Amino acid sequence: MTTKNMTNAGLPENEMPKNELSARDWSVHPPYFCETYKSTVLRSPRQKLIPIDHTLSETSGPGYGEPSIGTLGPDLTKSAVKNGLPLGERIIVGGRVLGEDGRPVPHTLLEIWQANAAGRYVHEADQHDAPLDPNFLGAGRCVTDADGRYSFISIKPGAYPWLNHPNAWRPAHIHFSLLGPSFSTRLITQMFFPGDPLLPLDPIYNAVPDEEARSRLVCDFSIELTKPQWALGYSFDIVLRGKRATPMEI
Amino acid sequence: MALKQTASQTIGPFFRYCLTPESYGHAGIAGASLQAPGLKGEKIRIAGRIFDGAAAPVTDAVVEIWQADAEGVYPETAEPGKFAGFGRTGTDASGQFQFDTIKPGTVPGRGNAWQAPHIGVIVAARGMLGHIFTRLYFADEEVANAQDQVLASVPADRRRTLIATRGADGVYRFDIYLQGDDETVFFDV
Ligand SMILES: [Fe+2]
Repeated sequence: MTTKNMTNAGLPENEMPKNELSARDWSVHPPYFCETYKSTVLRSPRQKLIPIDHTLSETSGPGYGEPSIGTLGPDLTKSAVKNGLPLGERIIVGGRVLGEDGRPVPHTLLEIWQANAAGRYVHEADQHDAPLDPNFLGAGRCVTDADGRYSFISIKPGAYPWLNHPNAWRPAHIHFSLLGPSFSTRLITQMFFPGDPLLPLDPIYNAVPDEEARSRLVCDFSIELTKPQWALGYSFDIVLRGKRATPMEI
Repeated sequence: MALKQTASQTIGPFFRYCLTPESYGHAGIAGASLQAPGLKGEKIRIAGRIFDGAAAPVTDAVVEIWQADAEGVYPETAEPGKFAGFGRTGTDASGQFQFDTIKPGTVPGRGNAWQAPHIGVIVAARGMLGHIFTRLYFADEEVANAQDQVLASVPADRRRTLIATRGADGVYRFDIYLQGDDETVFFDV
């Protein structure tokens, strides 16, 4: 048995929550079942989730950082170049990854994927009648710095149709996947663009029950992130479950 | 400073070329094998299928696992070529997933308790607005399972949905039912 185990086991109950996380906030996360998003009908659990009092199994997590970037880096306009740059409007997306307590989440991995400027994914199952871009894959990875900051360069994705309901179109979006500091902080989400007329019509976006939480899925145009003569910038902060606030910390 | 969590959205149907991109010519951050040279412990294979509420296979899900090593220690960093405790794979055309790993040891629970060997499991797919958590336990750990606090918190008639059974081929089977009479126990972690 290792030292690590010995120090984590055997603590009195009242000392255990040291690294305990705040609960998943169901006032912001969508429910699994959403009538207007058809695929949820058969894929949503109907039994109530059973709460787990956190243990090391929930508060620990895989530590993916810089070494995991590999061949999918933070410049999506460069990682798949074959005979030129990808077509479309170049963008810079940046922001911070924070815990609910406002503290930055440093050295954490973000995985991002998106459609190209025409609204077409490289994924082999995407059959949308729009062109693939030979110079664009649409997948990337970046890691936050010590202050929780990240940024990546890409192409503004196009809207694309889907079969959820007649004349259904997804608003332009970028998919984000984060593990965060623990297995429980895992977050999979989508970032939308300001002023998109498809947002009020999108069942996935509108499945988020709270208007304020929905609006936080929409990035902000940022003149600070905008690079002169080069690309528009958009800011998007991501808040993961943080450590449970104690009266001492308030 | 109190901030609000960023809301979850579905992983959608088109994540593969980013999250499990091997067939697109890129290495994923993690794959279906957690085994590494010199890694101690009993090598095991886990396989299962994911089904929806109509008992149809879910062919476009991603499955992720998080586990301790054979001594019950969760790795703190994920370095290439070393046991990271984390695996990720997609389901195939029959809704099947498979991991090659090692059997985890007992890990500390709350208070003075120890937890039975188990693996944390996440499933995400199109049609799921959030990913979902469950746990995989081992049928051949009856004594430890009987003392496990998390298993004890699950109604007795549903515990079997969390327990992988070992077939004649040595493979631990762990099917996941998102919905229906056999719905797997999912946790609010
Ligand atoms: Fe999408």
